[in-house]
Amino acid sequence: MANKSIIDINNLTRNFQVGDETVHALRGVSFSIQEGEFVTIMGTSGSGKSTLLNILGCLDTPTGGNYLLDGESVGNMSKDQRAEYRNRKIGFIFQSYNLLSRTTALDNVALPLLYNGFVNKAQRIERAKQALIDVGLSNRMYHFSNQMSGGQQQRVAIARALVNNPVIILADEATGNLDTRTSFEILSLFQDLHQSGKTIIFVTHNPELSQYSSRTILLRDGKIISDTYNSHPLSAAETLAKLPNIDL
Amino acid sequence: MNYWNLFYIALRAILSNKMRTFLTMLGMIIGVSSVITMLAIGQGSKRSIREQISEMGSNMVMIHPNRGRMGGVRMSSADMQVLKAKDFEDLQKECPHISAITPQVSSSGQLINGIKNAPTTVYGVNEDYLNIRRYKVDKGSFFSDEHVKTYAKVAVIGTTVVNNLFDEETDPIGKVIRFNKIPVTIVGVLESKGSNSMGQDQDDIVLMPYTTVQKRILAQTHFQSIVASATNEKDTELAVEEISAVLRRNHQITGDKEDDFDIRSQEELVSTLTSTTDMMTVLLACIAGISLLVGGIGIMNIMFVSVTERTKEIGLRMSIGAKEKHIMLQFLIEAIMISISGGLIGVLFGLLASYLVNFLAGWPVYIQGWSVLLSFAVCTTAGIFFGWYPARKAARLDPIEAIRYE
Repeated sequence: MANKSIIDINNLTRNFQVGDETVHALRGVSFSIQEGEFVTIMGTSGSGKSTLLNILGCLDTPTGGNYLLDGESVGNMSKDQRAEYRNRKIGFIFQSYNLLSRTTALDNVALPLLYNGFVNKAQRIERAKQALIDVGLSNRMYHFSNQMSGGQQQRVAIARALVNNPVIILADEATGNLDTRTSFEILSLFQDLHQSGKTIIFVTHNPELSQYSSRTILLRDGKIISDTYNSHPLSAAETLAKLPNIDL
Repeated sequence: MNYWNLFYIALRAILSNKMRTFLTMLGMIIGVSSVITMLAIGQGSKRSIREQISEMGSNMVMIHPNRGRMGGVRMSSADMQVLKAKDFEDLQKECPHISAITPQVSSSGQLINGIKNAPTTVYGVNEDYLNIRRYKVDKGSFFSDEHVKTYAKVAVIGTTVVNNLFDEETDPIGKVIRFNKIPVTIVGVLESKGSNSMGQDQDDIVLMPYTTVQKRILAQTHFQSIVASATNEKDTELAVEEISAVLRRNHQITGDKEDDFDIRSQEELVSTLTSTTDMMTVLLACIAGISLLVGGIGIMNIMFVSVTERTKEIGLRMSIGAKEKHIMLQFLIEAIMISISGGLIGVLFGLLASYLVNFLAGWPVYIQGWSVLLSFAVCTTAGIFFGWYPARKAARLDPIEAIRYE
């Protein structure tokens, strides 16, 4: 459905030295992700998905193999180059939101742009506002992050991931801290973003969630054991509508 | 990266925790304000001593006979018949760094005007004495060169003497009083100077031509001392050297033989008197400096806590694109902002405290520009120095671990 390759990894390995022992967290992982895909990377803890996510997010470098992000090899970049790459190409979303407390939603969303030298103050506020509107928080811009619900906080975090116009959004257990209802609200938001053309990688250990994405990569013991395309993903909005409304 | 953004980020971080920021600043505030206040008090007392001394003539040089022995008996310097008229004349002619010079002879006795009388000391001097000791004639005039040459029986008196000998309504000018048995005509009254730093009444003074005192009262040809004034304060040392050279030649003192005279400048007196206050100033400044150091360590302490507490935030900033130097600079700027604003408040408090000390306790204070600048510079440096290590610690964090830190 798309033609441009955003992520291209080939025979990726990552070893950790723990005392005398070498731990092989990734043992030769290869796949490529095209523009506009919504990929779920799934695996139990210890499967290597966190390590893979760190490498995909340019926080870590592989021991062996190649990683091309948006056409450039990350493996031989310096720390500063990777930081700049994270700033311009990647939007992170974390399980625990990681918002700055005592800071407004708007300032939280604008944060990545502060580290981008090409954006002035007016543009910064403009883009942050737009991102908040995109995630449905136009009426919460000046609320402090610690005065918001979990779902709202995660929406702010998503807006923060979008504000730099990244080529890929990396979500790490983005619904892990939320109740079922809110989880599906967030998932629905991800599907909307996907519809609008964003490329998303969703890392989770919850098999249920894979039904809502267009592709699922299953990891176990540092290797890919399955890579399946889902031609008819479920709609999170529909699932949400079917949920019994226990609040009422 | 726009580096102004870092200032903005650091400012936000400081403002988001006002209480902690204030407590951290407190160390700097106390340190800086105490340094400024202590130095102000020290400088103030030093200045007031200096001022009192310079009232007597700050570039004054006094020449006394050295206390020598006469047949095994150590004599009072006034009894040494060393300083002669020729010495005075030669010094007057040959020393370019002397602007005024007068011989000085003195005699104690009773001043009598009718039924009123008072004990006093008569000083025999010449016209230059006015300049050297910074006296001014209030009424009448000072005695002239002519009076000196003719051993005239004239006197200029201070206000205390006027009060002792005359009624308030009486104009003393032209009146004849007696010093012991000698009648003296009063030609002038000196302007009041008050007491000097040693508590002596500077207005209890009777000045007469030195020739008169020598010939008519003491019957001697030598001087008890010679008082001179250097052309300015800085030339005092030169003047002392010139005087020494002339006197050694006149007195035929060669090689390393001991001088039979003793030259003292006011400068020496000043430094003797101010050395104690100098020492106190240094001591006080040291104590205050230590509190500044403690304030600096306080900043380091808080910055360390802050780095640990905000590990997750640092991880987040790194994962959204902050480079090591950005994190480093952010924390360094935070530390410097805290120390600079603490320093500024400290300067204000210091000035206020100095003023209060002056106002409430009546101590003389003098605030020197450099002491304000110095303490401000020291606290800024302390901010950089003590903020650097925690900032580096923050910058070296591994983003992967930092973001998952709980």
